[in-house]
Amino acid sequence: MIPAPFDYKRASSAAEAISLISEYGEDAKFLAGGHSLLPLMKLRLASPAVLIDIARITDLSYIKDAGDHIAIGALTRHHDVEYSSVLKQHAPLLAHAAGFVGDPQIRHRGTIGGSIAHADPASDLPATTLALGATYVVQGPNGTREIAASNFYKGFLESDLAADEMLTEIRIPKMNGAGWSFQKFNRRAQDWAIVGVAAWRRGSESGVALVNMDNTPVLATSVSAALASGGSIADASQKAAAEARPSGDNNATAEYRTHLAKVLVRRALETASA
Amino acid sequence: MKIKITVNGTDTQGDVEPRTLLVNYVREHLGLTATNIGCDTSSCGACTVHLNGESVKSCTILAVQADGTSVTTVEGLATNGVMHPMQEAFMQNHGLQCGYCTPGMVMAAISLLNENANPTEQEVRIGLEGNLCRCTGYHNIVQSVLACAGKK
Repeated sequence: MIPAPFDYKRASSAAEAISLISEYGEDAKFLAGGHSLLPLMKLRLASPAVLIDIARITDLSYIKDAGDHIAIGALTRHHDVEYSSVLKQHAPLLAHAAGFVGDPQIRHRGTIGGSIAHADPASDLPATTLALGATYVVQGPNGTREIAASNFYKGFLESDLAADEMLTEIRIPKMNGAGWSFQKFNRRAQDWAIVGVAAWRRGSESGVALVNMDNTPVLATSVSAALASGGSIADASQKAAAEARPSGDNNATAEYRTHLAKVLVRRALETASA
Repeated sequence: MKIKITVNGTDTQGDVEPRTLLVNYVREHLGLTATNIGCDTSSCGACTVHLNGESVKSCTILAVQADGTSVTTVEGLATNGVMHPMQEAFMQNHGLQCGYCTPGMVMAAISLLNENANPTEQEVRIGLEGNLCRCTGYHNIVQSVLACAGKK
């Protein structure tokens, strides 16, 4: 299988990429690692007229300690997130979850920014960064703006990114010793999660987000509220799907997903609280 | 679009459509047909090659994305007719049955040991999660990788 024909442009800077996407508009797509976009193009589910290759913008691949948070360039590969000593120290949940994206070959190519911009509710890193209270930095023709992860995801594969904007940085608040857990339930190691849970807990504070439980990643705020008011893990995990509207597919019915979410949230919180 | 890719140590040049996949460039433009196309959807790993020394799935990379890089296929492993230690280990440990997944398995396994020279059996199994063997010959594949790592 090969994609439908397209024009290929290569950007050497974020400014050049934004200039190109402004020129070609809705018919153009950014190409980073390509491991979400190219499969869709090969299956002819997506047929952009122009691909703007941003993978060579090397100054958008970095992981930096920025004081109260870790700043990650959008073009940082999953492999580099997984093995980052800075992230292992300050945001170990993210480094760990990155190791569950696809498989080693995919992690050698795919990028954290690509995964987030693709906004697939079944992907691991949108939910994980949502649980961690991340801020996304996007750049457009008129400068940059910051978007809270909790305001970013708008629908299935839809985000708050405008057509002429590019995600450039992901900011992860330091976890400061919080307990954490990433639970991924699937049938084959490399598959998307049937349901996944990213969770952290530090005293009365917590963050819990769900993978593949709605058309966007879901922040399970009812779980955190229950914990904050002194509820037990068993009681809090019963509220796992309170914010979610799961659907059924070949892998699971909506009812089964709801059950899984409660079980996995309980497991995640038990690990995060240990 | 004109591209230059170093394949198995040799500089190659091509004039390809942007939609040409790296696996098609290697197989059809260069005639290096050891790299197989399996699922064609980045699941099975039969098309695994090394891009700048790391395992990647060449069915999900455009040849134009690989412009300027160095690619190694399984044809590039042997030196002067002597097989790479991983190829030798697969042969000695019967790490293949039908052989279709083998080029990708070998390339993934070498990349795995490059990143973790001393893996446990479990780490080998997890490290090969991106490669499927339809013969289900996983046991001997894992034994082959462990043997190559000197753990058997």
